[in-house]
Amino acid sequence: MRLELRGITKRFGALVANDHIDLVVNPGEIHSLLGENGAGKSTLMNVLYGLYSADEGQILLDDEVQRFAGPGDAMAAGIGMVHQHFMLVPVFTVAENVMLGHESTRAGGVLDLEEARAKVREISARFGFHVDPDALVEDLPVGVQQRVEIIKALSRDADVLVFDEPTAVLTPQETDELMGIMRQLRDEGAAIVFITHKLREVRAVADRITVIRHGKVVGEARPTASDAELASLMVGRAVELTVHKDAPQLRDNALEVTDLEVTGPDGQVLVDRISFTVRGGEVLVIAGVQGNGQTEVTEALLGLQENVSGSVRLDGTELVGRTVRQILQAGVGFVPEDRNEDGLVGEFTIAENLVLDRTDGPPFVRRGMLQLATRDEFARDRVAEFDVRTQGIETRVGRLSGGNQQKVVLARELSRELRLFVAAQPTRGVDVGSIEFIHKRIVATRDEGVPVVVVSTELDEAVALADRIMVMYRGRVVGIVPADTPRDTLGLMMAGIAPEDGPGAPAGNDGDEGDAA
Amino acid sequence: MSGETPDRDTTPGRDTTPEAAAEGVVENPLDEALGSVDPEAEPGLAEELEQEVAREQAPDVPDTGDRWRDAFRRATSGSWVVALGAIVLAIVAGSVLIIVTNEAVLAAAPYFFSRPGDTFAAIGEAVGGAYSALFQGAVYNFGADSFAQGIRPLTQTLTNATPLIAAGLGVALAFRAGLFNIGGQGQMLVAAIAAGWIGFGVTGVPWPWHMLLCLVAGVAAGALWAGIAGLLKARTGAHEVIVTIMLNYIAFYLLSYFLATPGLMQAPGSANPKTPPMQDGAVLPPLLGEQYNLHWGFVLSLVAVAYVWWLLNRSSTGFAFRAVGENPKAARVAGIDVSRTTVLVMLVAGGLVGLAGTQQVLGTVTTGFSADIDAGIGFDAITVALLGGSSPIGVLGAGILFGGFKAGGSAMQAAEGVPIEIVLVVQSLIVLFIAAPPLVRAIFRLPQPDRRPRAPRRRAAATPATTEEGQA
Amino acid sequence: MTATTVDAPTPDTAPRTASTATWKAVIGLGVVLALYALLLALVPHEGAARFRLATDSDFVVLPTLVVPAMTTAWVCGLVGLAVLVLAAVRTRAGHRVPVWAIAVFAAALLVGFLAWAAAGSPRDLPVVGLLSGALALSVPLIYGALGGVIGERSGVVNIAIEGQLLAGAFTAAIVGSLTDSPWAGLFAAVVASALVALVLGMFTITYKVNQVIVGVVLNVLVIGLTSFFYSEVLVPNAPTLNSTTRFPQLPIPFLEQIPIIGPVLFDQTIVGYLMIVMVFVVWFALFRTKWGLRVRAVGEHPKAADTVGIDVIRTRYRAVLIGGAIAGLGGAFYTVVSINQFGREMTAGAGFIALAAVIFGKWDPLRAALAGLLFGFATNLQNVLSVVGSPVPSQFMLMLPYVVTLLAVAGLVGRSRAPAASGTPYTKE
Repeated sequence: MRLELRGITKRFGALVANDHIDLVVNPGEIHSLLGENGAGKSTLMNVLYGLYSADEGQILLDDEVQRFAGPGDAMAAGIGMVHQHFMLVPVFTVAENVMLGHESTRAGGVLDLEEARAKVREISARFGFHVDPDALVEDLPVGVQQRVEIIKALSRDADVLVFDEPTAVLTPQETDELMGIMRQLRDEGAAIVFITHKLREVRAVADRITVIRHGKVVGEARPTASDAELASLMVGRAVELTVHKDAPQLRDNALEVTDLEVTGPDGQVLVDRISFTVRGGEVLVIAGVQGNGQTEVTEALLGLQENVSGSVRLDGTELVGRTVRQILQAGVGFVPEDRNEDGLVGEFTIAENLVLDRTDGPPFVRRGMLQLATRDEFARDRVAEFDVRTQGIETRVGRLSGGNQQKVVLARELSRELRLFVAAQPTRGVDVGSIEFIHKRIVATRDEGVPVVVVSTELDEAVALADRIMVMYRGRVVGIVPADTPRDTLGLMMAGIAPEDGPGAPAGNDGDEGDAA
Repeated sequence: MSGETPDRDTTPGRDTTPEAAAEGVVENPLDEALGSVDPEAEPGLAEELEQEVAREQAPDVPDTGDRWRDAFRRATSGSWVVALGAIVLAIVAGSVLIIVTNEAVLAAAPYFFSRPGDTFAAIGEAVGGAYSALFQGAVYNFGADSFAQGIRPLTQTLTNATPLIAAGLGVALAFRAGLFNIGGQGQMLVAAIAAGWIGFGVTGVPWPWHMLLCLVAGVAAGALWAGIAGLLKARTGAHEVIVTIMLNYIAFYLLSYFLATPGLMQAPGSANPKTPPMQDGAVLPPLLGEQYNLHWGFVLSLVAVAYVWWLLNRSSTGFAFRAVGENPKAARVAGIDVSRTTVLVMLVAGGLVGLAGTQQVLGTVTTGFSADIDAGIGFDAITVALLGGSSPIGVLGAGILFGGFKAGGSAMQAAEGVPIEIVLVVQSLIVLFIAAPPLVRAIFRLPQPDRRPRAPRRRAAATPATTEEGQA
Repeated sequence: MTATTVDAPTPDTAPRTASTATWKAVIGLGVVLALYALLLALVPHEGAARFRLATDSDFVVLPTLVVPAMTTAWVCGLVGLAVLVLAAVRTRAGHRVPVWAIAVFAAALLVGFLAWAAAGSPRDLPVVGLLSGALALSVPLIYGALGGVIGERSGVVNIAIEGQLLAGAFTAAIVGSLTDSPWAGLFAAVVASALVALVLGMFTITYKVNQVIVGVVLNVLVIGLTSFFYSEVLVPNAPTLNSTTRFPQLPIPFLEQIPIIGPVLFDQTIVGYLMIVMVFVVWFALFRTKWGLRVRAVGEHPKAADTVGIDVIRTRYRAVLIGGAIAGLGGAFYTVVSINQFGREMTAGAGFIALAAVIFGKWDPLRAALAGLLFGFATNLQNVLSVVGSPVPSQFMLMLPYVVTLLAVAGLVGRSRAPAASGTPYTKE
């Protein structure tokens, strides 16, 4: 089926998210929609999928104008979507998830699960998936969950398939497999829209490329175009994601982690006896595909994890077994991965958030009473220093943009006497201008002689910030390597394959004391 | 988490917990847009929208050129208009109840079409009489011989308000920390047991020491009883709504047992489940002289209002309470011990409710009490806290209003034969309407404001669940 | 064309799993057993306990069982001890304590307790009366719990079960009295309770008000309304408006003559039989039908349901209304089955017990019904023991279900998991 979008315009108030976008996707074609975060790709696809209604423009399937009141209509018309955040019910089985919304039933509305199972098996066989129809989705690895999403779309005989940033949660190997699936689907005649901001993937799989920026189509390209061409189209200017920093001046103070093990509530081992050392004055980036234990490492450092064994010594002081408050008092600064969940209280003002972890004594609390004047003065200084764009310190933090919110977190954490700084995904969901600022502050902290641990899933950021990179896979350390390690090697490491000789088994980390630099 | 992130409800800064979405009444198209943008996927867009919202929110309502309309919009976008509207609606509903059950109206209604005047006259008389009785029973009795007599209803209102305020504060404080304290009844009852037992059982201690002893015992008992719920919540994740409800029943049967057992709390020589009267030294003295029921407990409630205000707005403990209530995860990361805070909040909240129970036995009913000493105040306190927007000052106002309803309701029942339960109906309707501002605005055709007044967010308020760590 | 396979888990890289067996259950059982032993040791009750197993209509009349009380009690205690040891062994081996073991434990201690309590009493302990009374008392609880389960499965917490039961009882009384037909009363109760559910739905689903708040306030509203009309209308007109004809008992021929089981299970009113059917119907509907799949999807992950074209709002409304209607059947029980008139606040907190049963039963209709039975049993046990002349104060027996719920919620039965989106309104753009 041929998909055509004609002049799609979607406004949010005065902001135009999609500005007269035209797009044609032919059957048997993978059409890549390339654009930076925030370019309006997802908005466009939500319009296509009936989740938003367009203010102007038309959607045509095989030259017939469509009207979608909701996703149900879009699906009925033959559009299937593989969502970035999987739309699967975790406690349902694969078969139940696949049949949901178009259940086949026997008399009296009784579910015909057998048919759903058969469908799952049939589609799995077609693409060589190994998916058990009766497995609970929550028990499946992410990669398999994505296949369930694909099966779900295909089970409705979708002719147009939309993949929305499908590789964000996959390892490079899984990504390659997904590309294979997409090609196979294309060869069977599906029209495929592939939304991404990753150039490598686009060039690997796309037949045609449309680049959008600020809600507008800014150009079309062939997959033969160079990375530089695509990138400049996408960003509108040449971008260079390098951080200026001098060679590290290593000091004697250090964070020493030995045999750290973190166990989850259900007994699964999330961090598997890892050891590393970070000296004062260097940045160690923990890299890896999301969900391989990096978050848990940082949380264990701060005392946020319940079941932790092993040793974390900061300048000789043991941190394991201490409360969060004690660890904060020991001089650990922490930028959590999800600032809305863990870093800020959205309903509190900027001033209140800036002292959130400093309410245990002077200068902001005396004899149990908040020292409002001191606090406000402090807040005004930090807002100025960290360039938080706001109307005032009484503004609720929830009303700030992502970048400004992150600056508030950073301002709070960096304005204490630090002996260790831990930042998890410090630039996620942050605008370009703020990213630069945040990177600068991190490097400045390192140059003050503080050991810095940064978690990043973006290889570019990892390479730019790190003095050394530690790659994690399934809770284990694959290896600790210098920042100038080739990307291919890093990519393999992120899939669990240790660099060159290694001790044989993947992810063996015994003896890896992290002195690779 | 990717598998289950409700990302359409996720705007930067509001938290991404499902509870955040729980109060996501969206009225503004921009807000709506903002609510529908996934900042993960489109941070730039989300940011621009944020700024857009900020611009629109900027100090003033944008002028439309029509001064009167703008003035009207400004005046009616405040939350007090909704509160007023809710009260009016509830009173109208109450009037309907009075009308449909009034005999004179029912007698005149069959010939409505021949002589509609009779019906309207009867309606007017019924409603007018009822609300006039309500007012005179709650504020000032115009039929009284003297001012001292006339003002008596107002003192009764304040007497009724006394435990409502204290217990309302207990519920409100828990709300602010994200906890639902449905256990007011149980906390009042154990406080009554502790304070009452010492009040009649201990002899030879002079006033005020005996009274103070009772107060301390009552407050402590309420605190401990609520503390059980806090402890279970903190330790095992047991949902406090269920736990406090169960504790209500346990306290009730405990008191029933004490009251029915000679030698424990039952008055000697009596077969009734009732305690002996309080000793003189244990009683809260009258505040305005013997001719009024109002006692010093009212002053204690005022002190409690001030204390809770200070606690929430000026103390580091209250800061921790609010942080935990708004975003427990961030509070934990900031080094606040959430479990300890949960227990502490329930202790303080229970203490406040315990104060209400103590006021009942030492001030309002000093001649010996039975198992209904809580008089439904534990549940009324929930509506008081909701109406008061969980702020101490609001609770003070709501407590006095509901105290007035109670006093006036009794007078209305006596004078006009309208059952006092109508007060329950009116009170619950007020709270329902206040909780749904868009409904009130729609009924009165008021403009929907740019921003809804934000209720305090509640942590996992309605989810008796242990949340699972999302995977993926 | 390219390799599209490989999800086979690679054993050596699969995350390790530590043992998760918890000693909570063992400790809980141990505490209960210790208390039991303490009771027997400190307050021995010598004499014989007489269990009457037969009723007048039995086909085969079983003899009254007379046992030596303390011996029986201690033997039962030993059975409990055996279970405790077994549980400890299982836990040590890293397994969960099986449910049947806990059931055996509970049953043994219960029989032992009954023997102890009835020891030396000249009156027989009527086993049939104990069980059938328990079933009767649990009827409104189970209906209420079923209604609650459906609501919560769709994502709407229903604290207003109490209000729904009360509204049902009230309306059934009026309509039943006016029409002189219990059927009409039953129907009216269903409608009234569904109306309360509609208000609940309107405020929680459409206006997205906090669900617990709405539930609590609705209870107050219904108590106020029914009490108001009771005083104003029902009391003055009691003969015409508050005097229903009750449903007759419908014994099932032959089956009702089976000893013990017959009179307990097969001599019910239509409302009682309907309840038993309803438990299974609700279970089947939730877990085996398209409707149930959608309800659960909406309660677990509304957005996922939305993206496959399911109308979340409508599904929730429908579930809440159906839940309300079922709770209404329980309300009718009060005024067209149990007794023949309405009384002020006559449900006396049954709705909250039903709510506890929902959670105790882990949002599963069958388990919730069992929890309801347990609560009914505990209440009736108090009634029966007071007839026999029990040494335990009645207040403590009445307190028992609440203490049990408290312990259960506090974790003796393990953490339960509510539907993920329960309590959360769904905002669609």
